[in-house]
Amino acid sequence: MNWEPVIGIEVHVELMTSSKMFCGCAVEFGAPPNTNICPTCLALPGALPVPNRAAIEAIMAIGLALDCDVAPQSVFHRKNYFYADLPKNYQISQFDIPVCSNGHLDIEVGGEVRRIGLERAHMEEDTGKSTHVGDGGRIHAAESTLLDFNRSGVPLVEIVSKPDMHSAAEARAYAQTLRSLVAELGVSDVRLEEGSLRFDANVSVRPAGELGLGTKVEVKNMNSFRSLEHAVDYEIRRQVDLIEAGGRVVQETRHWDEEAGVTHSMRTKEGSSDYRYFTEPDLVPMVMSDEWVDKVRSTLPELPAQRLRRYIDRGLDASLAGVLTASSPGLRELYESAVAEGAEPRSAANWVTGEITGWLRRNELDETRVPLAGAQLAALLALIEEGTISSSAGKEVLEGVLAGEGSPEEVARARDLIQITDPSALRAAVVDVLERHPQAVADYTDGEQKIVGFLVGQVMKSTRGRADPRVVNEIIRAHLDGSEM
Amino acid sequence: MNRLTIAEAGRRLRSGLVSSVELLESSLDVAHRTESQIHAFLTIDREGAIASAELADSELAGGIDRGPLHGIPIALKDNMSTRGVETTAASQILAGYLPPYDATVVGRLRNGGAVLVGKTNLDEFAMGSSTENSGYGTSYNPWDITRVPGGSSGGSAAAVAIGSALGALGSDTGGSIRQPASLCGVVGVKPTYGTVSRFGLIAFASSLDQIGPLTLTVEDSTLLLSAIWGHDPLDATSYPEKLPDPASLLEAGVDGLRIGVVTELAGEGYEPEVEAAVADMIERLGAAGARVIEVSLPTVDLGLSAYYLIAPAEASANLARFDGIRYGLRVDGDTTETLMARTRAEGFGPEVIRRILLGTYALSAGYYDAFYGQAQRVRAAIRADFDRAYRQVDVLVSPTSPTVAFPAGARVQDPLAMYLSDICTIPSPLAGHPAISVPIGLDSQGLPIGFQVMAPALGEAVMYQVAAEVERLAGFDAVPQIAEVAS
Amino acid sequence: MPVEIDIAHVARLARLDLSPAELESYVRQLGVILEHAARVQSLDSGVSPGSDHPLGLTNRYREDVRRPSLDRDEVLAQAPETEDGYFVAPPAMGAG
Ligand SMILES: [Mg+2]
Ligand SMILES: [Zn+2]
Repeated sequence: MNWEPVIGIEVHVELMTSSKMFCGCAVEFGAPPNTNICPTCLALPGALPVPNRAAIEAIMAIGLALDCDVAPQSVFHRKNYFYADLPKNYQISQFDIPVCSNGHLDIEVGGEVRRIGLERAHMEEDTGKSTHVGDGGRIHAAESTLLDFNRSGVPLVEIVSKPDMHSAAEARAYAQTLRSLVAELGVSDVRLEEGSLRFDANVSVRPAGELGLGTKVEVKNMNSFRSLEHAVDYEIRRQVDLIEAGGRVVQETRHWDEEAGVTHSMRTKEGSSDYRYFTEPDLVPMVMSDEWVDKVRSTLPELPAQRLRRYIDRGLDASLAGVLTASSPGLRELYESAVAEGAEPRSAANWVTGEITGWLRRNELDETRVPLAGAQLAALLALIEEGTISSSAGKEVLEGVLAGEGSPEEVARARDLIQITDPSALRAAVVDVLERHPQAVADYTDGEQKIVGFLVGQVMKSTRGRADPRVVNEIIRAHLDGSEM
Repeated sequence: MNRLTIAEAGRRLRSGLVSSVELLESSLDVAHRTESQIHAFLTIDREGAIASAELADSELAGGIDRGPLHGIPIALKDNMSTRGVETTAASQILAGYLPPYDATVVGRLRNGGAVLVGKTNLDEFAMGSSTENSGYGTSYNPWDITRVPGGSSGGSAAAVAIGSALGALGSDTGGSIRQPASLCGVVGVKPTYGTVSRFGLIAFASSLDQIGPLTLTVEDSTLLLSAIWGHDPLDATSYPEKLPDPASLLEAGVDGLRIGVVTELAGEGYEPEVEAAVADMIERLGAAGARVIEVSLPTVDLGLSAYYLIAPAEASANLARFDGIRYGLRVDGDTTETLMARTRAEGFGPEVIRRILLGTYALSAGYYDAFYGQAQRVRAAIRADFDRAYRQVDVLVSPTSPTVAFPAGARVQDPLAMYLSDICTIPSPLAGHPAISVPIGLDSQGLPIGFQVMAPALGEAVMYQVAAEVERLAGFDAVPQIAEVAS
Repeated sequence: MPVEIDIAHVARLARLDLSPAELESYVRQLGVILEHAARVQSLDSGVSPGSDHPLGLTNRYREDVRRPSLDRDEVLAQAPETEDGYFVAPPAMGAG
């Protein structure tokens, strides 16, 4: 039988606010252990939480960017479970009224766009970090646990997708698209290696065409897009094999083992699933007024989807617009200012995504800071447009400008790349070429028309590319057709 | 009034009749003579207190006057965090714990020039009505040392009653300030929820806990409350607006005030002498010009049940942090789970374990709606009852406790009977409203009887207005023998 | 109406290592208390729950500003077990 995987993804995003979610301790990665702690994030007796306004506005921004509804009123809940790295032994999170719900994210897989639904995005706090010593990377083999609470209380946004994905590739595309969106918003540094972006996948399989959902398994511990894709792939195969061998999938949490390339059961303690959520009595309700939501909306940067549309409306074809949309902010700025300086949008886009990107890569330069002004690019394109230089000479001029040799005009003169368009200035060169290639001339008279191209090439060569090929072409034909002796 | 009050001590300090060090020494002397029988304190910070008393004296001499509490010996219930001074909430699980920070109220007392004598005994984590649930031994009632001082702020109430401090802070969740104040013959106030910062108060039930003053007089109560209340940015439930002057109406009398008598807070379970004394005071208030009106709070009968679901539910989460990892007691185990479970079973006393189990159950899957959820509805209904009542009256009155101080050991075996001693004090916290207990006399056995005045949210001024009249009418100036012997 | 209580499960959720005898006595006491507490069910459930702040406070936040953290040594001095700047606990789950 033929099986359809059903995948939902939960993403935890650590916000890069200056201070933690409920206290004034610094949010910073890599500080010495237990140096960014206070009564609140260490859960000392008597300490209380006070929410960070910037974090609330960040989750509103994420929600708006994902087309979510922002709840008019929202509350925090306590999620109760005991764990050594959770100082209060409850996490301040959200339960039935998340800040954001019902959004969607469009992803592109194999050239086709798919819309993935979003269940919710809610605000919570991170736990401390456990290091298991004397272990082989496997929690239950640890001899003891070292606890660092610097991360405890860092603002965390949990984004839960609908079970709308049906392949590991889609799962990966979703995670990557979400990552770049959050990066664009500038609310998190989205570093997978540092755990500021973490995903869990809920995977189940069902007979193709069926609507009911199979038993889902939660897969954790993927720390790269690649391992997310592999883990989901593996889990799909595991479940299918299991079922086809007559077994049945049990609802559980499984751990992705990167080296072994397998998932294994985490044998979670029974009963631990009863979180006894109740409204956090140390906090008061959040009221998201229209004014507040609009204020946050007004701070949103242009998002990729909007940018793509804008480029296409400007006359770029979809693929060129796509490449430009994905280009670095620095390159996009160059494009925008060149166009503002009167450059023709399509050729500006071609040069930015082609020659200029290539030059930066060849010279291993930071693509976010381009050493070229929009005005310079516009001037260069104008020279080509007017025919003052050939587009091939344009590339050389660009090199000169980027090398700081001056304005495009100056470089073109200095490197003497100005096109020769005056026929009288070219006639000598043409005559010389015709004399050196009698055979070609003969072929032409025998009706071999396309030989002209060869002759034009020879003239271009002898003028080091400065001749205007159109003019050269005319002169050659004139000569050969004997209209001129 | 033959007892030294905060107000009077302040006058003597400023006229040079007495020094802060002398005030402290007499407090410490009373403690020294009485602690063996009363056990009001868990910790006496002699050195710290002497140092701040000396500072207070030199400041006054130098013309620096920090206000009404300057140089006044004050005691703190041991569930308030004091930097470097052992803070246990009377629990073995916090034995030896030295907090690295001060509670907001502690900081405010220090800034007000108060001399912090020490940390008073309580029922473990403020869970109880007798201090018999203390992990460090019971406190006893200064009026009869075979009886309890009430609880959970029993140590603070006893200390003020005998004068080992001129005032004390307690915390009130379901009556933990007012009931011991009543049983010890002192004035105790639970302010409006959100007016006194809870930052640094070891939480029992976050939506109910409020710190408040225990003092000899109503005037002293306003002085101590004024010093500690007001907005605190470290407490998200703290009221950010300006607060009324609690003392503005102390002299206004009750002429023309509408006083409501809660019909549900009387009858079965109430001692006749308590009911008689309260009825007599109500009559005198009427004679003093108040309009006395019978008022019904129909759902108040369900208050006790709701309280004993909501408070334990919140406590079950608030006390989860005591796990043997970061501070306090640790009983080893080969896994974190075993270590935590052993530490908690060993470190918590029976009443605390009982309430954690109760609260965990009330929140657990399948029971939440029937218990916790329904209790929250009752809470809303009780608030609605109060709102209705306060459209007809300015304040509500009742006994503070249905009984006078009961013998030590009488109720420990019967949790439900113990819980019933909070019947009159539970409604106000459920609504978040302020309430005060004022001593109005002694029963035939010489045990104090307390009179409760309840007011709407932020109604402290009118609450104190009525309390001051009750105090004048009662003319209560009896002193426990043990205190006379001591001074 | 008597209330059914899986006391062992509740104790497990609450991380309380209690002996069978202790569980036995607690379940009896809880039974009595909960039967009394069950009276809350007599209120018609039309009323909406009241967990809001009595003064109706909403939107209480801190600005995103850092405040000094605690001195690590003072904090670790309170811990039962530490190791070069870390708190120490046994493994989460039993070996094997
Ligand atoms: Mg989460
Ligand atoms: Zn902190």
